[in-house]
Amino acid sequence: MTRGPSWFNVTSLVLGFSFLYLPILLLVVFSFNESRLVTVWGGFSTKWYAELLRNEQLLDAFWVTIRVAFFSATVATVLGTMAALVLVRSGRFVGRSLFSGMVFAPLVMPEVILGLSLLLLFVAMDQARGFWTVMLAHTTFAMCYVAVVVQSRLVGFDKSIEEAAEDLGCPPVRTFFQITLPIIFPGVIAGWMLAFTLSLDDLVIASFTTGPGATTLPMKIYSQVRLGVTPEINAVCTILVGFVTIGVIAASLATKRQQVKRERDERAAIAGG
Amino acid sequence: MAKKPIGPVRRDYAPWDDPASVPFIEFRNVTKRFGDFTAVNNLSLKIYEREFFALLGGSGCGKTTMMRMLAGFETPTEGEILLDGQSLSGVPPYRRPVNMMFQSYALFPHMNVEANIAFGLKQDDMPKAEIADRVAEMLRLTKLESFAKRKPHQLSGGQRQRVALARSLAKRPKVLLLDEPLGALDRKLREETQFELMNLQEDLKMTFLIVTHDQEEAMTVADRIAVMDAGEIVQVATPGEIYEAPNSKFVADFIGDVNLIEAKVEETSETGTRLQAVHGNYVIDSAQSVSASKGETVWYAIRPEKVRMELGEPSGGDLNSAGAIVWDIAYLGDMSIFHSRIGEASLRSTVANVTRTVERPISWDDKVVLSWDRDAGVILTE
Repeated sequence: MTRGPSWFNVTSLVLGFSFLYLPILLLVVFSFNESRLVTVWGGFSTKWYAELLRNEQLLDAFWVTIRVAFFSATVATVLGTMAALVLVRSGRFVGRSLFSGMVFAPLVMPEVILGLSLLLLFVAMDQARGFWTVMLAHTTFAMCYVAVVVQSRLVGFDKSIEEAAEDLGCPPVRTFFQITLPIIFPGVIAGWMLAFTLSLDDLVIASFTTGPGATTLPMKIYSQVRLGVTPEINAVCTILVGFVTIGVIAASLATKRQQVKRERDERAAIAGG
Repeated sequence: MAKKPIGPVRRDYAPWDDPASVPFIEFRNVTKRFGDFTAVNNLSLKIYEREFFALLGGSGCGKTTMMRMLAGFETPTEGEILLDGQSLSGVPPYRRPVNMMFQSYALFPHMNVEANIAFGLKQDDMPKAEIADRVAEMLRLTKLESFAKRKPHQLSGGQRQRVALARSLAKRPKVLLLDEPLGALDRKLREETQFELMNLQEDLKMTFLIVTHDQEEAMTVADRIAVMDAGEIVQVATPGEIYEAPNSKFVADFIGDVNLIEAKVEETSETGTRLQAVHGNYVIDSAQSVSASKGETVWYAIRPEKVRMELGEPSGGDLNSAGAIVWDIAYLGDMSIFHSRIGEASLRSTVANVTRTVERPISWDDKVVLSWDRDAGVILTE
């Protein structure tokens, strides 16, 4: 006998989801508003999306953000993976706990402080601020997130697999690229995606470290909102939400399919003896 | 008097008895310490070409460390290891002509069976056609032909084990190291695989070194066994000698079932020794001469199957014969194990159930006479 969901569960579900998604839903709905007044419904229209395509400032900011996110995520993934390897693999060495503490410090460090200190560094280095400084700043704080994600993948890694590769005549560096990296690849990709998203929506650090000609989308949105919310901004945000939603759904579908396939294979292996 | 052979022996193969033969693998005073812990303590060992050698011991006895030092994953703190006359110190694992089959199998999860087997061959830049031939040969040898395209997670435990074996044999190493290779298999499959391993070793004419905690496995497959305890080798001998002529209480107790009778030396000569049992009033007469003085406490080790048991009471004065009362019986089908009390002490004996029915079966609380031959047991002083 299956029992239907109790009224308590249904209420929790409705309340929880409204709390999380009502604001976003409102934003999406009003991006299709005919009226220029944000809070007054004037009928359905997609004109703000068309308007968006003509707004070169917003489009520029969008491309800057994507480029910053792509490069910083890639560099952060390389550095973060290396840090995770050192933390999991190299056993005890002098200053290990200091190192692990310091790798993860940016996780809890207030962004304002990180942004300010990076700004001071770039000023001290007499470095012109722009695209590259934002990219470097994002790499710095995304790296530790990548390290955490990759580390969790490495902890469950059977080290004898690497030993087996070396035993069969494969030198350590080649072993890393042929054996270790392919096995931890899902973790590395997850780390890259996390770094990409973090960079995409960062406002604080970007505002500290950017310069002329390298305004990111969150900065642009923020500065425009101060002059009043326009339906155009709603449209941009809706597109961003769409991107993220598609990404999340695709990732979870892929994982689910892989899991189902794996379980089926394992059952077949056991049945086949 | 010529020494009588003990246990089955491989004919024409006993290089360890020939002082002229050159060892293939040699551990020379090897010590390995991890911090304060000494895993292997000043150990020397010689293993010969084409030998199937077993390192046997409980967990933490240093047997796995020995194997890992030979493979190159650990560096000896002191001493050196020689392979075919060459010192292995400073040679990284990927340049050593030994291959290992790991306890966890350590198959590459992202490669199929074929790619797993071919991995080692590719490292040597072997021509593609030759690799294909060798892989096919290995698949045939391990009966895995129909699984060539499967990934490790699509295989059963026994199949994975065979892939691991095929992968470690593919490069035709000088030495194959087997780290608890059959631990994860069920009993029946394990026994089958043990015989397969023995045949493989004979056919390929390779040197095999197996590490195991399972004494039956070591006895089945190995030419010689080294029994290890706390980082040291207690005894190195053929399975027969280890069982019938253990050199210490530890080995006697570790291998198989044994009665250890505490006794005092009464007299000893070149032709034998007489012992007085400490518990129970009987005299042991042994064909073995020992270098112990009169009155010294020693241990007489005798296997349960070498103790005869008859209903009745001792006539008194007979050697190697003691009166006892049956205390406990375990019926196992093919044989029965009896625990009999001699005063405070207890003695185990086994009886093979060679007939289906017995006129008067021995039962609980029966008075019995336990007796044994002059050379049935060994006297141990340590």
